[in-house]
Amino acid sequence: MSKRNIVAIVFFAIVAVLFIFSALMVHPFGNPDSKDMDEYIIDHTQEETGANNGVTGVVFDYRGFDTLGEATVLFTAVAGVIMIFRRVKK
Amino acid sequence: MSGMSRIVKTICSSIFPLVMIYGLYVIAHGHLTPGGGFQGGAIVASALAMILVAYGSVWTMGKIKEKNLSLLESLGALGFITLAFLGLIIVVDGASVFFNNFLVNTNFLFGIAPATGSTAANINTGGILPLMNFSVGLKVIAGLFVIILVMAYASNAKEAKK
Repeated sequence: MSKRNIVAIVFFAIVAVLFIFSALMVHPFGNPDSKDMDEYIIDHTQEETGANNGVTGVVFDYRGFDTLGEATVLFTAVAGVIMIFRRVKK
Repeated sequence: MSGMSRIVKTICSSIFPLVMIYGLYVIAHGHLTPGGGFQGGAIVASALAMILVAYGSVWTMGKIKEKNLSLLESLGALGFITLAFLGLIIVVDGASVFFNNFLVNTNFLFGIAPATGSTAANINTGGILPLMNFSVGLKVIAGLFVIILVMAYASNAKEAKK
């Protein structure tokens, strides 16, 4: 077994132990450590944003600024692709 | 290369309206059911990509230019940022915040707020959320489709030159 394989196996073992420990330390499902914000959103989304779909209420109202950033990322990607593939007029 | 065989073209033409209706439904009901502007826009863009694959990029480029699609995408972005700044301009209950939902609880367009809890879906709710869904949907449709169209056309032109 080469030195490189031994290094890879040791590294894999360390990462696996870290993953297993963090998986065992996860809090039980449906019982987060702090739930103030969750309960506020569940209770107030419908009256404050008027949306039955709470996810849309969060994405477009409470965190609209984040969505603006996502839209900017898409805009930049499209601008870059069009700039690369534009037809050059000769 | 002018697209695929007649069978593929016919089947794509008959599936295309159904996929379009589904995608536009997901966009329009973004504040009621799972989905929204991004997801519905991706569905509509994949329907357009299906037509692009079936009919070829030269035919599709003859139908719609990438300049117009780019214009549509910019219009969507402009609508989104305009709605965000309208929240900063229009004062509701003494408060005007960036991304303020100024249409909710006004009984105007999309202005009805539903009761808290599980209620029947009403399309006339949500304030500015449906309008933002429409503008983001327009942006995603035009943006994704113009990327696919421009790339397909460029590779096709390179093949034709050889």
